[in-house]
Amino acid sequence: MNWIKRITAMAMVIAMSAGAAAAKDAKKITVDGSTTVGPIAKAFAEHYMAKYPDVNITVSESGSGNGAKSLINATCDVATMSRPMKNSELKAAQDAGVLPIENIVAMDGIVLVVHPSNPIANLTLEQTRGVYTGKIKNWKELGGPDRPIVVISRDTNSGTYEAFETLVMNREKIAGNVEYVGSNGAIRQRVMSTDGAIGYVGLAFTEGVKMLTANDVEATPESVIDQTYPIARPLYMYTNGRPKKGTPLFGFIELATTPEGKKIVEATGFVPLK
Amino acid sequence: MMTTETDVANASGGGVPSLLLSHRARRRQRIAAGLGSGALLAVTSLSMFAVLFIFYFIARDALPFFKLEGVREFFTSTRWYPSAEKAEFGALAMFVGSALVTLGAIVVAVPLGISAAVCLSDVIPFSLRQWVKPVIEVLAAIPSVAYGFFALVVFAPLLQERGGQLLAWTVWIIGVPVALLGTIVLGDLATSKLDDKKRSPVRWAIMIVLGAAALAGLVASGRALGALHISSGTNALNVSIILGIMALPTVVSVSEDALQAVGRELREGSYALGATRAETIVKAVLPAASSGILAAVILGVMRAIGETMVVWMASGNAAQIPHPFFDFLEPVRTLTATIAGDMGEADQVTGSARYHVLFAMALSLLAFSFLCNFFSEWIIRRARKKTKG
Repeated sequence: MNWIKRITAMAMVIAMSAGAAAAKDAKKITVDGSTTVGPIAKAFAEHYMAKYPDVNITVSESGSGNGAKSLINATCDVATMSRPMKNSELKAAQDAGVLPIENIVAMDGIVLVVHPSNPIANLTLEQTRGVYTGKIKNWKELGGPDRPIVVISRDTNSGTYEAFETLVMNREKIAGNVEYVGSNGAIRQRVMSTDGAIGYVGLAFTEGVKMLTANDVEATPESVIDQTYPIARPLYMYTNGRPKKGTPLFGFIELATTPEGKKIVEATGFVPLK
Repeated sequence: MMTTETDVANASGGGVPSLLLSHRARRRQRIAAGLGSGALLAVTSLSMFAVLFIFYFIARDALPFFKLEGVREFFTSTRWYPSAEKAEFGALAMFVGSALVTLGAIVVAVPLGISAAVCLSDVIPFSLRQWVKPVIEVLAAIPSVAYGFFALVVFAPLLQERGGQLLAWTVWIIGVPVALLGTIVLGDLATSKLDDKKRSPVRWAIMIVLGAAALAGLVASGRALGALHISSGTNALNVSIILGIMALPTVVSVSEDALQAVGRELREGSYALGATRAETIVKAVLPAASSGILAAVILGVMRAIGETMVVWMASGNAAQIPHPFFDFLEPVRTLTATIAGDMGEADQVTGSARYHVLFAMALSLLAFSFLCNFFSEWIIRRARKKTKG
């Protein structure tokens, strides 16, 4: 078995040195992580590369957890995340010699969405919890038509799921009959085409579906930024150490605080920082 | 080549033609032959080692899960909360989901596939077959994400809007030919012992009664299904149909090869005994090709159970056992989709149970595939013995 260990160790060394080389190459920025933050990162990358054609930025969206993993394994320079890093991840980073620095780039509200034909306009957080724990099974229990509720959630892999779990579920467990889908777009697609459906998406993915108010508060940029809207959260881009001034990485991260950057954030449907 | 020829010339010596090689040339040839076969053996064993390595590495990461969480919960609980603070890893719903969806795919793919194979090998002219078979095989070339997209965006809403009607039509389309064949065959069988005079009217009476009963059954079940409303189109039925279509080219292709392999002699022998084409196919060709057809079915099963993208996109991924358990209209979750969907958050850095549980699932899938393979090998070997007598 020893030689197996040796070969794996060798492969890991090679992979790590390759990763380190990529990180050192300042003209190339690799972004990986949340599918929620992905559109912002992509728009930033497009804007930045148009301005500085010699910088090459690649953006992949594999989920917040994967983003953190990539940053820890030094296979990306920026980890986009829709939740803060967990303690276990911070510890893993420390063990790998990576220092994750949190940069908030925008605010996001999670909106409950239903089919456009649904007359329901508001759900309290408690009702929402009831729907997702399976206690409420039919729309008529909420004052709507007699129609079974098709409950849709993001997969447990997504930052949106974790934000929903912490902001709404309050440690109660989601019922077994809840359907899971892999992206915000897929939720929108399912809710748009299913008349009994309810789902939750980021503020940017509400086209074609009906948004519900939560606790009678409408999800608007203002209510999200001052957090009067109850299901709101910051979006992050994590870097390994604080990027040095003047490097492309610094410029890329700082874009969020510039007026152009804020416009981009707004255009992708999120709420820019004040 | 050149050196060998000169060596031959040298060895032959003073003008006497000889085919003997010199000692050196012979040794060189032997080394070359050894190297050649050694290289081929290495290439062949590479794939074998790949299988062993896959087994080893999956088992290595799967066993810690059973050490951490024990065996019982994994196989008996349906509570799947891998991300909760007090995580629960009950995978029974996934086992049932995988089984259900695979079963559904078999129900779709096997009758269709075998009938298509029979049609290709024994019914339509050879020139037409040369056209049709490649077209069916194109089905296998479509990437599974395309099937998944179709299942999610087209088929799921269709099931929600017209699911009941579609099911009713399906029952009619399948039911009418089956009922017709059934009444004719049953009518024949029931009256075979009567003498010729009585036979015809009795047969007609039986056939009319049976046909009316079948028609009533069809109308009733069609009406019941037509009134059905499917609230969520991403369910076991959707995935079963799509997986069945995906497994179809495998089943058609392999069982058609098996039917072809039966050979002309058997068919001609059967015709020579006065059998009709239907009798030849049902009583001679199909039994002779049964081991090959079974192999095709098992390959199709493995295609369906291993498929990930389509089930991840269109099965609904609800970690539950439907009530009742054969309710195909409810969303289900399969092992493969769970592995794909949860891999991102499952942290191998911290080596959590959440990471290892996915390997435990992969190991279960692998074990099932191996069992399938051994089973099909066994069946084929047994069938071979039988045909040899």
